[in-house]
Amino acid sequence: MSKNAVEVTGVTRIYTDVHGNPLEALRDINLTVNEGEFVSIIGSSGCGKTTLLRLIAGLDRPQAGTLTLNGEIIEKPSPERGYVFQQHGLFPWLTVEKNIAAGLKARRIYRQHKGDVSEYLNLVGLEGFERSYPHQISGGMAQRAAIARSLINRPAVLLLDEPMGALDSFTRADLQDKLLEIWKANGTTMILVTHDVDEAIYLSDRIVIMTPRPGKISEELIVDFPHPRHRGGVEFLNLRRVILEKLHLASARPQPEYTI
Amino acid sequence: MRISNIKFTFWTVLTLSGFALAEVGSFVLPTLQNQTFVIRDEAYRAILAGLIFIYLATAVFSWFNEERREKYAKRAPFRFFIGLVLLTWDLLGTKFGLLHMPFFPGPSQITWVFVEEWEFLLSNLVYSLRLYAFGFFSGVLLGVGTGILIGWFVKANYWIMPVLKMTGVIPAVAWMPFALNIFPSSFLAGCFLVSMCAWFPIGFQTARGMQATQKAYFEVAQTIGGGRFYQLLHVAIPNALPSIFTGVSTANGLAFTTLVMTEMMGARGGLGYYINWAKAWSSYYKVYAAIIIMAVLFSVILKIIGAIQSRALIWQRGLTSSVEERS
Repeated sequence: MSKNAVEVTGVTRIYTDVHGNPLEALRDINLTVNEGEFVSIIGSSGCGKTTLLRLIAGLDRPQAGTLTLNGEIIEKPSPERGYVFQQHGLFPWLTVEKNIAAGLKARRIYRQHKGDVSEYLNLVGLEGFERSYPHQISGGMAQRAAIARSLINRPAVLLLDEPMGALDSFTRADLQDKLLEIWKANGTTMILVTHDVDEAIYLSDRIVIMTPRPGKISEELIVDFPHPRHRGGVEFLNLRRVILEKLHLASARPQPEYTI
Repeated sequence: MRISNIKFTFWTVLTLSGFALAEVGSFVLPTLQNQTFVIRDEAYRAILAGLIFIYLATAVFSWFNEERREKYAKRAPFRFFIGLVLLTWDLLGTKFGLLHMPFFPGPSQITWVFVEEWEFLLSNLVYSLRLYAFGFFSGVLLGVGTGILIGWFVKANYWIMPVLKMTGVIPAVAWMPFALNIFPSSFLAGCFLVSMCAWFPIGFQTARGMQATQKAYFEVAQTIGGGRFYQLLHVAIPNALPSIFTGVSTANGLAFTTLVMTEMMGARGGLGYYINWAKAWSSYYKVYAAIIIMAVLFSVILKIIGAIQSRALIWQRGLTSSVEERS
């Protein structure tokens, strides 16, 4: 039986907007992610999905509720919970190799784990670009380097905040396959925030649908057909339709009325 | 674009001909400059010969390299122009005595100073160099140190930043009357003033650069396990580096000014002191000699700082376009 890795209980996060009014970004969120599971959180922009991910990372604190990783309360960021940002966030003053090594250096364990750098560089397929600076490589490669930088700390869970959002569709498909490959090889628990329905179906074991104002979880769907998933397959397209319907309902957008 | 052998020969001849004309003019025409003593042309002629030799050697050296050929050809018209300027100056000054003496001496008289007074000039040059090295280096350390404090600690920003802003706008030389009295030697007073003038722009720019760090980089550092010290050393300071170098360049210009002014007003040596001393004897040709040395010295210092900067900011190459790339 699989263990619970991330446990989110009754979490509420309220921001104050520019006019001083309270803005409920998240209301009473309950979510459990099992060890080794790949969970996607999907929803329209402003539904609080990134806020939830930042809370799990410890980059933000909730007003109410608790978040735990393996039973321990999450209070601040930790290399246990790797985070990949939408903009890769590689340090522009470091080469690809040194960016990946940054995780080890930050924890002062570089000397003991020097060899890991090339291992993770190979894992994300960046051999030959060790000495390049971030602006010299493509967006997809930069994102892979960012993933390697997080993974080198062997996190219990990898939090992915729309890492493929800024990429073109070919690069995106490549990176999705790379992510699956890494997930299968390392068994790291993955939580992915996305607004791309296909991406969520292609990658995840479970899809969490969120709705905005206030941000809450409206639905959870299990994706139970095996990898590799065919994007044009019947199961895929059926599930896609279901999710899109739920997203439309969830955002409560008025449906067009047709008269014949 | 390939430069043919014939064309390159033409550019070489053009480069050399300017200086050659100046050399011929110096040898052929009689000296008429209004003078109280004999004008010695040897140094000027030797310098022209040196220039001809250097550019000839460069041409030979560049012959086999396409890139160097292009660079050499590009500069040929300007070098020719410099030759003509020297020739005109020599004719108007030394040869026909048309320039107003003693304020506008010819090139021969000025360059002879390097031969006549090389020992005294050298000792003053060394004095200036030492003053600059100690003063500027301590100014950089002080500026970066203050900047880091302000950029990192909110309390330091509150207490020190206003002081930096207020004292920073005061030209450092305004403190000279106090500096000369407080410090045991005029050399230390000069160091203090040069250091003061470098302190402000460097401190300000360091703090600015650190405060402009994107929040995302700090968040990245936290999620990979970096503590406060890591964030300071590996995020905020590297992020401030381009800005620090902007401060250093600004400070450098101010430092040259302050250096010369302190030497002129209170020091017992240095190029500024030499200028003042020469002026007292109405030896304006010596003033020019000192100015030429300054031009060379300060250019070399700028070059060195530029080299350090491009080495330290190598990661920016391709992110920003340099003047070279645009032209």
